[in-house]
Amino acid sequence: MSEAVLEQQSGGGAAPQDDHHHTATGLNNWKVGFWTFIGSECLFFGTLLSTYMVYKGASLEGPYPRDIFDIPLTTLSTFVLLMSSLAMVLALDGVQKAKRKVAAFWLGVVVVFGGIFLGFQYYEFNHFVHEGLTLSHSVFGSTFYVLTGFHGAHVTVGVIWMATLLVQSLRGKLTPDKALQVEIAGLYWHFVDIVWIVIFVLIYLIP
Amino acid sequence: MSQVTHDDAHEGHAHASPGFYWMIGGILAVLTAVEVALFYIKPPGEQPLLLILSAVKFVMVIGYFMHLKFDSKIFTGVFVAGLTLAVFMVTALVVLYHHMPVTPVPVVG
Repeated sequence: MSEAVLEQQSGGGAAPQDDHHHTATGLNNWKVGFWTFIGSECLFFGTLLSTYMVYKGASLEGPYPRDIFDIPLTTLSTFVLLMSSLAMVLALDGVQKAKRKVAAFWLGVVVVFGGIFLGFQYYEFNHFVHEGLTLSHSVFGSTFYVLTGFHGAHVTVGVIWMATLLVQSLRGKLTPDKALQVEIAGLYWHFVDIVWIVIFVLIYLIP
Repeated sequence: MSQVTHDDAHEGHAHASPGFYWMIGGILAVLTAVEVALFYIKPPGEQPLLLILSAVKFVMVIGYFMHLKFDSKIFTGVFVAGLTLAVFMVTALVVLYHHMPVTPVPVVG
């Protein structure tokens, strides 16, 4: 057993900031834990998606999806979320390469794009409510709002998380040894993006 | 691909260049545009095509943006385990509720 491992097991030495500390798998525990969390989130959104799909077309009165969905608007918000994922990976690249301004710029883009996506969702929900579709109006309303609402809640958490990273970056505290923090935040943000990729097709594009 | 280098053997990390990420982002944007075009054109086999395009986008994001393609296979296993269960659950419920014949339950007594 190497001295480094012995030192860690005995509690000696400073806790490593990066993902190169010694574990049974050789992998960083935070990252393994976060991927496990993401796997469980697949099941969480799977249940919400199942409920929507099972009750698809079961509403007794309108408005129905085909009456109120605004595909051009949702396409725009989908594009914005996809591009925020690109910005996230560029921010991580900036942090890893100690390019502080680059990292701060792209983290700012993620925050702004995430905010724009939430703005679109607020506009959409508001429009639907004015059209008569509320959470308790029909099966479509209940399943649609719960699914997209939980996704929106995840985006909100992500925007807050990214904003805290942006502040750290602007203060010069997001150094390359903190890249793992940004990588894990990025995993969360990309997951929110892939959930929307599925929702966009199954809910909006496939009638 | 030459823009991707495997320079960290410890955890199988790889660092792609920003240009590579831009290319992936561009492909994702184009695929989204194709999806919307299919929605309006409604060609034969529209729905399977939409599902395939969606799956391609999904795999590109987890593979390149989330670095699963270059990371340890343990991360892939942990993620795919949850994803497989979710896909199985959604498929099973949709088939049960939309495609299985409803058999009336006889009233006893």
